[in-house]
Amino acid sequence: MYSDKVMDHFTNPRNVGELVNANGIGEVGNAKCGDIMKIYMKIENDTISDIRFKTFGCGAAVATSSMATEMVKGKTIQEALDLTNKAVAEALEGLPPEKLHCSVLAEEGIKAAIDYYYKRQDVQ
Amino acid sequence: MKKLVYLDNAATTKISNAAREAVLPYLSESYGNPSSIYSIGREAKKAVENARAVVVEAIGATPGEVYFTSGGTESDNWAIKSAALYGKNKGKHIISTAIEHPAVINTLKSLEKNGYKVTILGVNQHGQIDLNELRDAIRNDTVLITVMTANNEIGTILPIAEIGAIARERGVLFHTDAVQAAGHIPLSVSDMNVDMMSLSGHKFGGMKGTGVLYVKKGVRLPPFIHGGGQERSLRSGTENVIGIAALAAALSDAASRLPLTDVVRKRDRLIAGLLKIPRSHLTGDPVNRLPGIASFTFECVEGESVLLLLDGCGVCASSGSACSSASLDPSHVLLAIGLPHEIAHGSLRLSLSEDNTDEDIDYVLEKLPGIIAKLRDMSPLWHE
Repeated sequence: MYSDKVMDHFTNPRNVGELVNANGIGEVGNAKCGDIMKIYMKIENDTISDIRFKTFGCGAAVATSSMATEMVKGKTIQEALDLTNKAVAEALEGLPPEKLHCSVLAEEGIKAAIDYYYKRQDVQ
Repeated sequence: MKKLVYLDNAATTKISNAAREAVLPYLSESYGNPSSIYSIGREAKKAVENARAVVVEAIGATPGEVYFTSGGTESDNWAIKSAALYGKNKGKHIISTAIEHPAVINTLKSLEKNGYKVTILGVNQHGQIDLNELRDAIRNDTVLITVMTANNEIGTILPIAEIGAIARERGVLFHTDAVQAAGHIPLSVSDMNVDMMSLSGHKFGGMKGTGVLYVKKGVRLPPFIHGGGQERSLRSGTENVIGIAALAAALSDAASRLPLTDVVRKRDRLIAGLLKIPRSHLTGDPVNRLPGIASFTFECVEGESVLLLLDGCGVCASSGSACSSASLDPSHVLLAIGLPHEIAHGSLRLSLSEDNTDEDIDYVLEKLPGIIAKLRDMSPLWHE
């Protein structure tokens, strides 16, 4: 059902955890639907210098979180905003159709964290 | 060989030795069509009739009350649709429960589209219905009550004999889906007061694609599958001789080994061991439960993730989480026993057979706590 790449990122997820000094935090999904993704970013000079995630969900939810964080780590905010769910799914060598919403969640999680960062900048 | 601990016997079982032995003569010797008059056809016919006699004996029926089908789903469809047709002059009301198998639920939904009214009885936290609620639900136009003997996801055994007595007293046909119970607890159609009962061969060591519908003498169901007149013209189609022989041998063998005292002991070891995991819960009736079913929820983890990591250790199990199915909702059974969605997503069912050893139980008790801990470590919901 899952590609080897999905299983790799599910069983050995990259960037799991929290960042105490995060200045971008995004949480998407809800427990009722069975998926919650929380993304922590450290953004310095318009670049995502560090990133972590915590995810409650199925194998695809964990794997897409892991892959999405890998794909934006060290990238500029603009590059991260350009990340699409399709790119995440392709990097994982595909997802079963009923799991595509997990890649959408990953894209939204990245955007939510950046959105939080911008809102904080505005306040300051 | 890679380690394999099979704890999904409620999904399907391996073919029992008794069943394997029973089919051998019909593979390439007595392979005739049971309707043919020459010797190998007559031998096949005899195999079917012997199998029928064995099933009759195993469930306490009388000859002429047992029909072979393609499985539990067909038996449920046949019983419910035919009973609805059979009773249509009396009325179009049916009573069932919130924890039935989809083979029953979706058959009832199809009848609703054709003008039938269905009352669904709710269940308590253990998956038990309220018998007074059942009594109150019966109307003058009620033509059928259908209640499962035991639930496949949480293992709860329902008081079928009492439900059957109520149905009989009120003159309503009573069907039970005993797919998960057969071969695991004693079944006697007369003690259970049932008019119809569905069984599935592959849940007790028979083959997939085989089943039984018991129909009490005097209940005249219309034919379900029209054709060449097999199964007393009610269910046509050349008999699945091999599958029928396997089903009967498996059922008789399973029934002869009841009660499954040692399976219960291992199940209870598994339950006691896994409930030591913080914020873990047993689902289903703690007392009236099937011998082989240990079912749980683990807070803050999602069931499919648990299954994948268990699979990585060679353990086969099931979950009622949404992510292990195509739909986005968790199991209707877990919601019916009152679990919130977020808890129902973290369900796990381990179902034992007599083949499972104490080493299997030890292995799961060793592996599963670490799996739950690993998933909780990456769950944003988990706070120690």
